[in-house]
Amino acid sequence: MSVTTPFPAPVLRAAGDSALIVELGDGIAQDLNAAVHRLDRRIADADLPGIVETVPTYRSILVQFDPAVTAAEPLGQALLDLAAGLTQSAAEPQLRWIVPVCFGGTHGEDLDEVARRSGLTTEEVVRLHCTADYRVYMLGFSPGFAYLGGLPEVLHQPRRENPRMLTPAGSVMQGGAQAAISPIAMPSGWHLLGRTPARTFDLKREPPFLLAPGDRIRFTAISAAEYDRLEGISGYLPECETVTPSVALMQGAAA
Amino acid sequence: MTTHLRVVAAGPSSTIQDRGRVGYQRYGVSVAGAADPLLHAAANALVGNRPGDGAVEFTLAGDSVVVEGGPVRIAVAADAELTVDGEPVPGWTSLRLNDGQTLRIGALRGGMRGYWAVEGGFALQPVLGSVATHIRSRMGGMDGGALKAGDRLPLALDRAADRGERCLDPSLLPARSGRLRVMLGPQQDYFTPAGIEAFLEEDYTVSHEADRMGCRLDGPSIEHARGFNITSDGIPLGAVQVPGTGRPIVLLADRQTTGGYPKIACVVGPDVAALAQMRPGERLRFAAVDAAEAGRIQARHRELVDGLPALLQSAGGFALYDSGRLLGFNLIGGAVTGWD
Repeated sequence: MSVTTPFPAPVLRAAGDSALIVELGDGIAQDLNAAVHRLDRRIADADLPGIVETVPTYRSILVQFDPAVTAAEPLGQALLDLAAGLTQSAAEPQLRWIVPVCFGGTHGEDLDEVARRSGLTTEEVVRLHCTADYRVYMLGFSPGFAYLGGLPEVLHQPRRENPRMLTPAGSVMQGGAQAAISPIAMPSGWHLLGRTPARTFDLKREPPFLLAPGDRIRFTAISAAEYDRLEGISGYLPECETVTPSVALMQGAAA
Repeated sequence: MTTHLRVVAAGPSSTIQDRGRVGYQRYGVSVAGAADPLLHAAANALVGNRPGDGAVEFTLAGDSVVVEGGPVRIAVAADAELTVDGEPVPGWTSLRLNDGQTLRIGALRGGMRGYWAVEGGFALQPVLGSVATHIRSRMGGMDGGALKAGDRLPLALDRAADRGERCLDPSLLPARSGRLRVMLGPQQDYFTPAGIEAFLEEDYTVSHEADRMGCRLDGPSIEHARGFNITSDGIPLGAVQVPGTGRPIVLLADRQTTGGYPKIACVVGPDVAALAQMRPGERLRFAAVDAAEAGRIQARHRELVDGLPALLQSAGGFALYDSGRLLGFNLIGGAVTGWD
C-alpha cells in the first residue's frame, strides 16, 4: 500500500438547504476512512465561517452549516480546496483499547449459535475474536455506538431475522461483516457474543465518549467473576496503549 | 419552597425541547429539539423568553399542571381548549397563574404538536449542552423521558414579574400547506427517472408510522436504479430516505445520525415543521426547488422567527375571566373559541 497516492477527485453533494456532503469514495476501507477523518480535522482546523457541525462517516463527511452565515457555493468550494491534495498517508499515532469481555452464557446468548453456523467451536470463536485487530470506522446510530471493522471473515454472518427489542449496555456484538460494542441498552438485530464492563458512553465522564474513529480495539476474555468485579468499579476504564500507524497496518494485515 | 409546576395529568407524549443538541452527531447523539421550531419560539416569545429556551412540546393533547409557589407566567402556542381551574381561557396569550391554580390544555383542534412555555424557563441541567429530550437515548428533559403525572417541573423564576400580558394573533403566522418543498439529493442518482417523477408528481399520505424520529409516507413506490443500500453516511434534517419498499421516510428532529438507505431529496427546513404537524392520512406533494430558492425560503423563515416579538400585542392587564375581553380576540381566523 502506497502512502502517497492521492485520492480520486472528491464529490460534493447538496444535502438540503443547510448541509453538504463531501464524498471521498465508496465502500468500507481503512485508507479511505482514514482520509475522511484527516479531512474532518482539516475542516475543523480551517475554522470556516458558518459550519455548525460535521459528521464523518465511512467514506464521506456531512457538513451542516448555518445558511444565515454562509451560502452553499463558497462553502463547497472551500471544502473542495481542503480535500485537494489529501493523500493516503496516515501519520498519527493511534490508541488501542484492550477491552475485557465475558463471552457466552447469559453475557453472550448467541455465541453458541454463531459458532455452530461458522463450523467452529465456541472456544475457537472466542480465540478468533480476541486475536482480531479491530478499527473504529465511525460513531453513529446511538450515543457512543462504534462501528468496528476487522471481524475475521469466517465469523461474517447475516443479522438475526428477528431483532431483539432490548440488548444490554456493554454488549459485544457482530452483524454482517462488522462488530460493535453497544453503549446503551437498545434494540438490535446483531448477534450477542459477550458483554464488557467497559462503558463506551458515560455522561458522568468527561468526555463521555470513550472511542474515537481511528482507535484500535483488542478484546480479551475474562471470567464472569472478573466481569462482576470490574463492573463494580465506579468509572472503570479499560487499558489503553499507543500504537504507531505502520505497526497497526501490519498487524491489521496479519489479523 | 421553590416554585414549580406539578404535572396533574400528562398528554400522550409531552417532552421538554429546545433547539436541539448541536455538535454531537459525530458521536451518534441525535439532535432532537422542537419538531416545529416556529411554534416553539412563539410560546417562548409570549412569556418573554429567548426563542431557544426549553419549552414543552405536546402531541395531540396537552398537559394539566398546577402551580406550586409562584405566581408563574405561562403561555400556550396551540389551537387547543384551555382552562384555568375549569374556566376557559384563550390560547396565544400569556397568563399569570397563582399558587394552586391548574392549567389544563386539552386536545389540539388541528396539527400534531403544540407548545407551552413558562417565563424564565425550566431549571434543568443541560445534557451535552441542551435540555432537549431524546427518549430513545434517555437524554435531556425530565430524566430523558416524557412528562408523567406527578412530575415536578423546576422553574428558573420563583416569581413571575408583575406586568401586562401579551398575545399573538396566530393568523399572522404563515399557513402551512401540504406542498413540501425539497432539494433533490444527495443520492438522487440512486433512482430511475421514473422514480424521481413519481416522487415529484404523485400524492403521498402520512402513514400511522410517524413520530419525532421520522415520518413514513404511503403512496406510489419510488423506483431505485441500483439497489437500496449505500455505505452509511450522515443524515441531515428533512432527508427523504427510500428503503427497499420504495416508500419514502422523511427524517425529523429525533433522527438517527447515520443511515444506509439512499436519500432522494431533503425537505427545506421550514417545511419539515409543516410535515411534523401533519396527521396520519393527510396528503402531501413534493415540489423541487433549487438552492437559491431554498435559501430565500430559509431567509424569510429566519426573519419571521426573529420578528416574532414584534408581532406580539399587549393583552393589557385584563382579568383572566373577563369573557368580553376574551371574545374580542381574533382567535385563529374563525376557528372556534371553544366555550360558546
